[in-house]
Amino acid sequence: MSKKDHFYIDNKKFVSRLIVGTGKYKNMTECAKAIKISGAEIVTVAVRRVNILDKSKPLLMDFVDPKKITYLPNTAGCFNSEEALRTLRLAREIGGWKLVKLEVLGDRKNLFPDMIETLKSTEVLTKEGFKVMVYCNDDPLMAKRLENAGAVSIMPLAAPIGSGLGIQNKLNIQIIRKQTRLPLIIDAGIGQASDACIAMEMGCDGVLINTAIAKAKYPFKMAEAMKQAVIAGRESFLSGRIKKSYLGKSSSPKSGLI
Amino acid sequence: MKKKNKIKIKINGKDLFIAEKTTAYSLVNILKLPLKKIAIEKNRKILDKKKLKKIILKNKDKIEIVHFIGGG
Repeated sequence: MSKKDHFYIDNKKFVSRLIVGTGKYKNMTECAKAIKISGAEIVTVAVRRVNILDKSKPLLMDFVDPKKITYLPNTAGCFNSEEALRTLRLAREIGGWKLVKLEVLGDRKNLFPDMIETLKSTEVLTKEGFKVMVYCNDDPLMAKRLENAGAVSIMPLAAPIGSGLGIQNKLNIQIIRKQTRLPLIIDAGIGQASDACIAMEMGCDGVLINTAIAKAKYPFKMAEAMKQAVIAGRESFLSGRIKKSYLGKSSSPKSGLI
Repeated sequence: MKKKNKIKIKINGKDLFIAEKTTAYSLVNILKLPLKKIAIEKNRKILDKKKLKKIILKNKDKIEIVHFIGGG
């Protein structure tokens, strides 16, 4: 991909349009290598208790340098606004992180976001100076309300988290794309490289992938595949695809036929 | 139960006996935690890491210490 084709999140320039999660890997070494192969410049991270009894466990920061890769603290696992706010305020205290990913879940089975709590949290966090990238349902109306509340990026799901089902509601994603100039990142539900490619061909600014890479049989191969898919999808989007036709149009000239 | 010259605090859900007048800063050192990589909460209030030396822990304080781990 051309280096000129960058995008901005909260005035910070990024070239890679692939954001990856750091969960579910066998170990930190595997995680760090997959990130490197993916070319991602942003990674999501979780905030959890330190194990005070066993400090021999490796720290993420020792494997993935936050000075080289943008850490995006995430509220995964939070089921209400209070938990999410607490988590992100703690994340900020760890080292001044203001760019965050808000994810407030509403159902333990399908992991769909609770959009009422999500909107409420976005408003509070924005007032506190956070730059909030928001995981949300593929609902254009809620996406608009998040934007109005000050979100810096809209992150609709393709399908339930970890499901690998790919984009289930292309129409809604297209409507959201048309209505917002904010970075639009497809978050959750990507299963294979073609899913990521489709998201990019639809004009999304990026995709966020964790499970599809970390739990693939060969994570490094999948990290590379996702990287290439995002680049291919973006280039395809920028190339201006041909119009669809329901009749055949021959590729060879009719003149000179023998 | 309070031991002599000791107070009982709860860290990340686990009981710990420490000397009276231990500061939050000393606690981090006792636990050998890298200050730059953690955040600390005392009784649900986030502590400013620059002011930990001034914060003296009391009996029954509930401390949460968090860091970043892998996540989606």
